Amino acid sequence: MGRSYKVSRRDFVKLVSGFFGTIMGAGIALPAIGYVLDPALKSGGAREQWIPLGPVDQYQVGVPAPFNFTRTQVNGWERTSSSYGGFVVRESETDFKVLSNICTHLGCRVAWEETENAYVCPCHDAAFTVDGEVISGPPPRPLDEYEFKIEDGNLFIFFKEG
Amino acid sequence: MASKVFEWLDERLGLNDMYKALLDRPEPEGTWWNTLGSASLFLFIMQGVTGIFLLMYYTPSPDHAYDSIQYIMNEVAFGWLIRGIHHWGANLMVFIVFVHMLRVFTTASYKYPRELTWVIGVLLLLTTLGLGLTGYLLPWNQRSYFATTVATEIAGLVPFAGDFITRVMRGGTDLSALTLSRFFATHVWVLPATLALLITAHLYLIIRHGESEYPSEED
Ligand code: HEM
Ligand code: FES
Repeated sequence: MGRSYKVSRRDFVKLVSGFFGTIMGAGIALPAIGYVLDPALKSGGAREQWIPLGPVDQYQVGVPAPFNFTRTQVNGWERTSSSYGGFVVRESETDFKVLSNICTHLGCRVAWEETENAYVCPCHDAAFTVDGEVISGPPPRPLDEYEFKIEDGNLFIFFKEG
Repeated sequence: MASKVFEWLDERLGLNDMYKALLDRPEPEGTWWNTLGSASLFLFIMQGVTGIFLLMYYTPSPDHAYDSIQYIMNEVAFGWLIRGIHHWGANLMVFIVFVHMLRVFTTASYKYPRELTWVIGVLLLLTTLGLGLTGYLLPWNQRSYFATTVATEIAGLVPFAGDFITRVMRGGTDLSALTLSRFFATHVWVLPATLALLITAHLYLIIRHGESEYPSEED
């Protein structure tokens, strides 16, 4: 019997099993990681669009006008529709500002409260001024603004996913 | 350093003793046929792992089952691979478990004191077949729909209780959303958990009795 082998039979078997075991393990584990992360790495496609918000004339100076729109997107095997919204604020005859209604704290939807002259967030009681500055509460920054344009007397806002 | 850590753990957990009892036990002279039980175990674990990954996207409802599988096959990175392994692994597992049984039969390893190992083995085979049956419906395509129609119809041929058995399997008179969700629950929980318990008992008995010697000419 081969007592003189440098590597014992046992160690050889261990080494070979370890080697092929590692290859097989990696062969499964690496694809599996890709498989799990896949939806996070995919973009929903071209998700940018100008959304029409109607004639400029309908907006009164100083009164925030709420608007809503929905976008549908295919997520996996299903269409998901999400609604978005905000406020058109006509600051003067010529100056506009379009605010998102998503609270900059943790993403709840703010609503315009006439009596308080503020946008109020139902979640943690934040309040924002008519043009989006933080009055009180936890939000770290003013309400986000939509980029907009006016064409032939109609208002459009620029929508970007995420 | 590593060996110090190991010694510390070993002193408390008895890792070396466990290794000796579970893996380093004395074996009679064997052949490759003796590896089929371990191969079955490996396949069971692999089915468990790939099955869990499939669950990440699969949806057990008639509205979405088919589409979610299409999504796995065509859109998710390596979805085809994970499903392929699960699909072929299922076929291979039935085959390997069956050949393992043939080997135990031909070497007469089911005899005293291993009768219970054999009996549990029979349950293992049935459970494995049950996994195949319940898994087949899940893609919710034409083939799986009619295969299950036929299988539940066949179960209905049992005298007296037949009709009732078919209803229980289908969750009603027709193949429906209820059938899909009960097959799903059975496939991902009931049978795998049963199989895991049975395998534990099977392996306990194997370690307790040691493996059988192949019969010699005098036997
Ligand atoms: C999921 C299915 C099964 C698994 C994971 C499994 C696992 C194992 C393992 C690891 C062994 C050790 C020896 C060897 O591999 O040959 C073994 C032995 C044995 N198996 Fe299975 N087995 C399964 C199905 C079956 C079936 C269907 C039968 C018979 C109906 C059976 C009867 C036996 C018997 C009697 C032994 C003892 C053999 C001896 O001591 O030489 N097993 N099984
Ligand atoms: S989410 Fe609006 S205040 Fe917290």
